[in-house]
Amino acid sequence: MKQSLLRPGVRWFFLLLLLASRGAGPVYGQSSSDDTFLATLGELRDASFADKDDVVEKSGQSGHRNVQAVLTALLEDRLYFRNDDKKVFLVKTAAGEDSSALDLIDPVTLQGAGSASLDNLTKIGTNNHLRRILQTTLARFRLSSADASVRVQAARDIEQNLDTGNVQLLRERSAVETDSRVKDELAAGLALAALDSSDAQPRLAAISTLRHSLRQDVLNKLQALIEKSPDGSFAESDEHVRLAAAAAVKSISRLHALNSGVETLFFGFSLGSVLVLIAIGLAITFGVMGVINMAHGELMMLGAYTTYVVQVAMPNHKEISILVAIPAAFLVAALTGILIERTIIRFLYGRPLETLLATFGVSLILQQLVRSIFTALNRSVVTPNWMSGTLQLNEALAITYNRLYIIIFTLLVFAALMLILRRTRVGLQIRAVSQNRAMAKAMGIRSEWVDALTFGLGSGIAGVAGVALSQLTNVNPNLGQSYIIDSFMVVVFGGVGSLWGSMVGGMSMGVVNELLEPYAGAVLAKIFVLIALILFIQRRPRGLFPPTGRASENQ
Amino acid sequence: MPQYTLWISARKDAGTAWFLGGLALVVVLVPILNQVVPPSSPFHLSAYGLTLVGKYLCYALLALSVDLIWGYCGILSLGQAAFFSLGGYAMGMYLMREIGPRGVYGDPVLPDFMVFLNWKSLPWFWQGFNHFWFAILMIALVPGSLALAFGWLAFRSRVTGVYLSIITQALTYALMLAFFRNDMGFGGNNGFTDFKDIMGFDLHSDRVRVVLLVITAIMLGLSYVVCRMIVASRAGRVIRAIRDAESRIRFLGYRVESFKLWVFVFSAVLAGIAGALYVPQIGIINPGEFSPINSIEVVIWVAVGGRGTLYGAAAGAVLVNYAKTYFTSTIPEAWNYALGALFVLVTLFLPRGIIGLVSGRVKKQGKTERPLIQAGGPERSRE
Amino acid sequence: MKSKWIRMTGLLLAAGTVFSGIAKAQDTIKVGILHSLSGTMAISETTLKDTDLMMIDEQNKKGGLLGKKLEAVVVDPASDWPLFAEKAQELLEKDKVAVVFGCWTSVSRKSVLPVFEKDNGLLFYPVQYEGEESSKNVIYTGAAPNQQAIPAVEYLMNQIGVKRWVLEGTDYVYPRTTNKILEAYLLSKGVKPEDISINYTPFGYSDWQARVAAIKKFGSAGKKTAVVSTINGDANVPFYKELGNQKVSAEDIPVVAFSVGEEELSGLDAKPLVGHLAAWNYFESISTPANKAFITQWHAFIKNPKRTTNDPMEASYIGFNLWVKAVQKAGTTDVDKVIAALPGVETPNLTGGIAKVLPNHHITKPVYIGEVRADGQFDVVWKTDTTVPGEAWSRYLPSDKDITADWVTLKCGNYNKATKTCSGQNFK
Repeated sequence: MKQSLLRPGVRWFFLLLLLASRGAGPVYGQSSSDDTFLATLGELRDASFADKDDVVEKSGQSGHRNVQAVLTALLEDRLYFRNDDKKVFLVKTAAGEDSSALDLIDPVTLQGAGSASLDNLTKIGTNNHLRRILQTTLARFRLSSADASVRVQAARDIEQNLDTGNVQLLRERSAVETDSRVKDELAAGLALAALDSSDAQPRLAAISTLRHSLRQDVLNKLQALIEKSPDGSFAESDEHVRLAAAAAVKSISRLHALNSGVETLFFGFSLGSVLVLIAIGLAITFGVMGVINMAHGELMMLGAYTTYVVQVAMPNHKEISILVAIPAAFLVAALTGILIERTIIRFLYGRPLETLLATFGVSLILQQLVRSIFTALNRSVVTPNWMSGTLQLNEALAITYNRLYIIIFTLLVFAALMLILRRTRVGLQIRAVSQNRAMAKAMGIRSEWVDALTFGLGSGIAGVAGVALSQLTNVNPNLGQSYIIDSFMVVVFGGVGSLWGSMVGGMSMGVVNELLEPYAGAVLAKIFVLIALILFIQRRPRGLFPPTGRASENQ
Repeated sequence: MPQYTLWISARKDAGTAWFLGGLALVVVLVPILNQVVPPSSPFHLSAYGLTLVGKYLCYALLALSVDLIWGYCGILSLGQAAFFSLGGYAMGMYLMREIGPRGVYGDPVLPDFMVFLNWKSLPWFWQGFNHFWFAILMIALVPGSLALAFGWLAFRSRVTGVYLSIITQALTYALMLAFFRNDMGFGGNNGFTDFKDIMGFDLHSDRVRVVLLVITAIMLGLSYVVCRMIVASRAGRVIRAIRDAESRIRFLGYRVESFKLWVFVFSAVLAGIAGALYVPQIGIINPGEFSPINSIEVVIWVAVGGRGTLYGAAAGAVLVNYAKTYFTSTIPEAWNYALGALFVLVTLFLPRGIIGLVSGRVKKQGKTERPLIQAGGPERSRE
Repeated sequence: MKSKWIRMTGLLLAAGTVFSGIAKAQDTIKVGILHSLSGTMAISETTLKDTDLMMIDEQNKKGGLLGKKLEAVVVDPASDWPLFAEKAQELLEKDKVAVVFGCWTSVSRKSVLPVFEKDNGLLFYPVQYEGEESSKNVIYTGAAPNQQAIPAVEYLMNQIGVKRWVLEGTDYVYPRTTNKILEAYLLSKGVKPEDISINYTPFGYSDWQARVAAIKKFGSAGKKTAVVSTINGDANVPFYKELGNQKVSAEDIPVVAFSVGEEELSGLDAKPLVGHLAAWNYFESISTPANKAFITQWHAFIKNPKRTTNDPMEASYIGFNLWVKAVQKAGTTDVDKVIAALPGVETPNLTGGIAKVLPNHHITKPVYIGEVRADGQFDVVWKTDTTVPGEAWSRYLPSDKDITADWVTLKCGNYNKATKTCSGQNFK
């Protein structure tokens, strides 16, 4: 069901006007071309989305000096018309959340034209399709931009639509282009166009140019050449070209497979690093202290909410708020952990299953507390710019920054934890108390103090894990519940009390899960991992790195 | 010692008597309050009340099964909900077949969800479920076999303590994920619902509900008696010894793995029966029942009630679920606080559960259940 | 002694609470609210509970209904489906409410359906769903597939020129049925089977890396590709985050979602999502006097000027007003009389149209397609001229094409016109 906001009669009028304006040609500084330009803008104002596509394309060809500015404004939601006189204006800056009035720019002179309140302005809207057309149209202008990366992107955009005019443009540009990246891009674009040429020679040349390209659209085009149609004939008539294309497809596919493998490994490590982060806090409280902490998930949730609160408290510093949030989350979670330990866990030592029950109650309370303060709705945590986007290693392999940073972060946290436990005095005390409490007390260590500290440390790590989780998933009161089961699995798999076990266990579980996923689907992959875990525990009943010595007897 | 050969021994009489007495009261009162007392009277037990009491009794049976393996044998299984749900699904499959052509799509053989998944025929594992006796068999067989396989692997490898708990959790979690899949043929996320009748009797009529409730109460009583007999027998002594000092009892020559296995299997069958009785009364079974959190909740009921006493576990189940019902109605915004606080307080101050509080007098007379063998020093005591 | 007293009190408490609740003063009309206030669905359902309370409050300010005040009975079924059935029973049998506004997921509705049908209650269900149902005791104020999914796909096909389709859903009945209908629709419009990719992920699925990469690959085959997302609930946030991270822009591969509204966007950073689409029957950004008044009222009630409104809230609003009008028309809150009075009752919706109850217990709704804005609101890019009547049984499914629902003349929700039999939800 098409919706046209334009009545048929008016449409014909503007169509006539359009035809008339096309005959005018690119004449600068003449008022008649300005009038046709304004008329085109009027069409933009009133047309339906389908008609707007045509208007944009035609105006791109019209050659008026301000076309680029206007079309860029349209793309950036900066083209409005005034309600009372229906005149079209650009605005200086896009409307923000709190704007009430906007500064206007006249489309013909590109000078300031006063301002108007938002109530008196209506935006000329775009939709997806229109924006795609705008980008392709604007690409022609951008091809001569001063910035090389803009030129690369412009070349890319033009490749979406390789008609003769655009190919000519590419050829002209590549003759004067100096930047190597842009040159490669232009060459690829020209090669792609050459694949459609009628002579075999240019096609052969194009294939050898594109032989090592990892771009998906190149692969698609080459594959189309060697495709057999149902009646047995090939799309590509020339034998040599066909063979060359087939060889190219083979080598490109091999490269793709390799890259895809690396990508899967990366996915596996990033999933694994999340598992490790959520598990090492538990490994400490569980392994070192013998406390089953069912509220571990809620401590992670507290960390995630701390990130949110820090962000709200520092609204203008989105880039560093997450770095501030890390110690803040650690503190909040650690203090909560110490509170839980002092009031509840303290009385339950030596009874791990009681701690399970009591901490389950605590988790219910914490969830409800957060629900009451922050409501049950999701809270939005913004990813800072340095953490968003992808690192494009090559055409086929892109690594998302946030996951990369989380992997690095996990390794750092792990290293820090090992350092604390192995090299510091506090760590020594913690290990002593966990191995033989009575002896440690006899040596003068204040075991209650150490207990509280250990629990605080484990909880703090959980809080820090929450900061990482806030970047990946929802921040809501149920955050903890989604991860608690997984964290227990990792700890048990790795061996209770072993940090290395959690690291190796978590990473391997992540990698196996991601390797299986393309073949078995997400759910079955998870089920296989769980069953593998069950069977593994049969073989090694104490996990990967079991605790050794007498202390392990009663674990 | 003579007092252990009788299944009702003097000091356990009080609790058992109260328990069985209470059950008898339920069996007698409920039909009267629902069928005889008119709906306008404040004493009338509505269908809602029937469903509630039935649910509590099923949960009590489940708690009983957990107490048997945990309170008496020291196996903390955090996956009992799996056996409960498997029994429930077996009963559910029978009830779905019973719907026949009265489903939304009118297919006489295929349940609705299979019709909309475009399946053409009944999968092999649904065959036979149109017979009641087959369903009954499966209710015992499926949880039992799973427990047998799992337990054999686990106990033979001497997986104990927290490792065992976590892999039971893995088991129930894996089952949950599997049953959530629509492709598995168990109704996916919707599960089974919209049951019409059981063995020809309309599930929505009050009379049938009363009968189901009475059957549940009787099953609970029977299971209790059987459990009591097991626990008081010679095997029961071995089981309790396993809980207290496993290595020692192994060195004494008893085959610890076999004992554990059989208790585990029996408890799984009990849980399956509880699930099977739960489903027709509640009217729905869905994969959420496999959730690990559910299993943890069962353990909590047993701990709150008092483990190692059987009647304590049942009482705990009824109490906690009643509290949940009460709080979700009266303080819907804050019931989690109440429940959470209940768990924390009970664990801290009532290590023997509510029964411990109630039978405080008995405790003072020094007739509490003490571990048969004390293992290690004070720090090493197992719970 | 103490122990005995404790037991006695306990038993009495138990007895009292289970048996109580019948003899109470009858000068209020009880309205049941059956929405999850904790658990996974609390995120969505708490808002509806608050909307219902707001409507009840407003009605009471206008003098109540039939001279009596309305009393809200709120219970928390905690996102637990068996508990939904139990709470529904409690509302109908113990509290004896006149009407219930509730449920969100199809499971919860299916689990309470037998209860409502047996106890003859009345439920107003405000969420979009998969159809394949029409019960005498339920009024469906949310969208049926022909009021949401089909128009969205039509928009993509006709206005955006989409040729390849990824139907990405969560593995449960709503996405499965919707995708079944959409697949049948697409095939009927000439789309080739190899250009349709259907995929399901479990609830709460959070690791979207591999899946988004696969979507990118599917979309780079040279034809314009779009994703029709029936991903539900929690999994949406990580999905959109991953889309943003892997730089899948809306211009390359637009995603149209049916379960993502203003409320879901408020928990997300919407900037990477600008240009992606949603199909609903209401958007907060639609500027009508009725909508502006509703938003102002909501902000005052919830005491937070930044809270968004969304489509299920409008559906709750419509449902409540329909019920009030039907009760006034029937002159009583007796369920049978109100159900008989409902078909034909009209009330204005918030976007300038009229919602009318149809004989199949669905209502008429307009359809809007909106694009995500950076501030978490939607820009309407397309809408229907008039309201679309809801169809319980989809005309694109071969199993459904002969089936119709009519509670006025045929008195059946599942009537097969070819065989002239009534089945399924027919009951005595």
